[in-house]
Amino acid sequence: MKKDDGITNIIICGVGGQGILLSSDILCSAAFCAGYDVKKSEIHGMAQRGGSVISHVRFGKKVYSPLIEEGKADFILAFEKLEALRYAYFLKKNGIFIVNDLQLPPMSVLTGEREYPENITGILSKIGTVDVIPAQEIALNLGNVRIANVVLLGSLARYLNFPLEVWYTAIKENVKQKYLDLNLHGFEKGRKFCEKVGD
Amino acid sequence: MDNIEKKIMSGNEAVARGAWEGGCHFAAAYPGTPSTEILENIIKYPEIYAEWSVNEKVALEVCAGASFVGARAITAMKHVGLNVAADPMFTLGYTGVTGGLVIVTCDDPGMWSSQNEQDNRHYARHAKIPMLEPSDSNEAKIFTKMAFDISEEFDTVFLLRLTTRISHSSGIVEIGPRKEIPVKGYIKDIKKRLVLPAHARVLHRIVEERMKKIAEYSESFSYNRIEWGDRGLGIISSGIAYMYAKEVFPEASFLKLSLTHPLPKNLIKRFARGVKKLLVIEEGDPILEQEIKAMGIEVVGKERIPLCGELDPTIIKKSFNKRIQRPKIMVENIPERPPVLCPGCPERGVFYVINKLKLVATGDIGCYTLGALPPLNAMDTCICMGASVTNAYGMDRAGGEDLSKKLVAVIGDSTFFHMGIPGLINAVYNKGNLNLLILDNLTTAMTGHQPHPGTGKLAHGEEGKRILPEDVARGCGVEFVKIVDPLNLREVEQSIKEALNFEGVAVLVFRSPCIFLKKPEPYLIVDIEKCNGCKLCLRLGCPAITVKRIESREKPAAYIEPTLCNGCGLCIQLCLHGAILKQSSQEELE
Repeated sequence: MKKDDGITNIIICGVGGQGILLSSDILCSAAFCAGYDVKKSEIHGMAQRGGSVISHVRFGKKVYSPLIEEGKADFILAFEKLEALRYAYFLKKNGIFIVNDLQLPPMSVLTGEREYPENITGILSKIGTVDVIPAQEIALNLGNVRIANVVLLGSLARYLNFPLEVWYTAIKENVKQKYLDLNLHGFEKGRKFCEKVGD
Repeated sequence: MDNIEKKIMSGNEAVARGAWEGGCHFAAAYPGTPSTEILENIIKYPEIYAEWSVNEKVALEVCAGASFVGARAITAMKHVGLNVAADPMFTLGYTGVTGGLVIVTCDDPGMWSSQNEQDNRHYARHAKIPMLEPSDSNEAKIFTKMAFDISEEFDTVFLLRLTTRISHSSGIVEIGPRKEIPVKGYIKDIKKRLVLPAHARVLHRIVEERMKKIAEYSESFSYNRIEWGDRGLGIISSGIAYMYAKEVFPEASFLKLSLTHPLPKNLIKRFARGVKKLLVIEEGDPILEQEIKAMGIEVVGKERIPLCGELDPTIIKKSFNKRIQRPKIMVENIPERPPVLCPGCPERGVFYVINKLKLVATGDIGCYTLGALPPLNAMDTCICMGASVTNAYGMDRAGGEDLSKKLVAVIGDSTFFHMGIPGLINAVYNKGNLNLLILDNLTTAMTGHQPHPGTGKLAHGEEGKRILPEDVARGCGVEFVKIVDPLNLREVEQSIKEALNFEGVAVLVFRSPCIFLKKPEPYLIVDIEKCNGCKLCLRLGCPAITVKRIESREKPAAYIEPTLCNGCGLCIQLCLHGAILKQSSQEELE
């Protein structure tokens, strides 16, 4: 997936605690192993406490800014639907949303002050292609809901032409040995699921 | 070329690596976003002594001590941390160093996790200390390593300035071996290190001469460099702003500044002469812009580029009316998702009671500042580390009796050790009335769980000497001291009422570990037969509790999300109908 400037831009977003930072670390390692210059930017600290979290990943021949410009993201990998909508303005024309089939209502919705927007997938499909991935369900079936992040990463992997070994190395570098098999399994499921709906 | 080892590193990891490669012997810091990971990564290098100090002033002073004996030392702090360390920093600017001494300031434009947006480039000018500003992780490593050498060469403390987007962005870093440098050893030199007025007057002159020499060095410093492109447009930039500017104006000529104080004035003049139009693209205050304008050079800067907030490529494009291809989104007013107190957070019970009793609460810095948000609304002020204690005391003194009856100060355990203690002593000594609630979750939670004196653990995890907040309070002369379980709402309410009735200084220590430090209890469940949908449990502001519609009846019922609930049990205590149950009690019922 290359553009004129040869740089691929990926936004990963979701809710603090969903494993967004780990996913962007894995993606970054994979791009690095595949021989690209790579930059990543994220926010730590207060925002991570159940707040909206966004990570920018860019790779290509030479990357300057770690931040992606509005309307320039090739992919938005969203771990939660409302967060996909919140950062949809980053997507370029004909870009791709990969969205976890999950709704986590923010506090204002829990207290009844605000309503969770309806038909988010429909709204997103007016901006770009939308892949909805039941990552939560897939992860639960594998026995651990916390690996939903690698399931989603697996579905992103289908669009990036990195060799599979690169992904395995990147996952190995970033997860604990104890959880390696589980993560690799989750990644595979995500990659395969995507193939099923995509083809 | 290919045999150079490369790694992906965040700016903070790269600073730690640079310190190690640069032969650093000694590191001390207090955690603060976005600086925390610098010391966390230095801890991984056994060649460097590393400690979490109780605050930034202490950290800088112990590093200065290490420098006095000829060790290379580094301290790192967030931008507001440098305010705390400013006192020693200004005078160390006079004394200079023996072992290289580097102060890393991590500014937070955009205030992602901070209370203000101060631009610490001002400090370099104010304290007459040279400053290096990297633009990415690789430069962060190189500049840290160099800073020790330049510090010793010019006998000066060195400031290294990162911003959130340097600290927490990652990129490829070329790594190298460590340079082993012996600790020089102590030699007494009171004219250098004992700043009696007579000595300081001499030192001030030396400082002015030193800055002239470093300004000359800055002219030929290889990372202050001109990149000729289209001569029609010249851009002067530094730090992360340089990267954004390169993205937005790829054809332009650039003067990339890295040693940004003192400025290479001749280089700037040469660049200005070589281009038709000159822009200064900098994040924060117009510091480069004003210095360059003072040289008589015409530049465009802050009249186009915002002074407030972070920059990014989009903002720079908008500033110069360049086209953005932002897609149209058919929804307006997307519900915000601000950070919240974690489900099961032990501080929640205290905030619930503060809100319930309609108290006035001065607050402090940490994740517990989130107790200020609805529906808890349990905090009235938050200024800086330790200010809860002193603000409450001052309000009590000047605010009259009615306020006095409902005034409490809320501070975290790490914050208490950082800067809460002097305020407590002040209140006791001046015979004040103060109700200090110490939220002791046994860690520095906000910044990622660093140890502090109250935990008794040291930076590397080994046992240190544990100092308990209640012992400190008693030692400061506080007569009313009580330890309370914050997960017991009745005890919390009763103890706060007792403290409010006590004449004088009362300290309550609410001790319960942060949820990240313990194994969660099994999640709780709602008996929808008993739940009448009163929504009382929602007043806890727990992200795990929501209310859902029930098909068979009109009234909704509470729902507890299993993946979020930690089983803390506060909602069980609140429910008037016994509708929230532990899993075991549910099984018993069946």
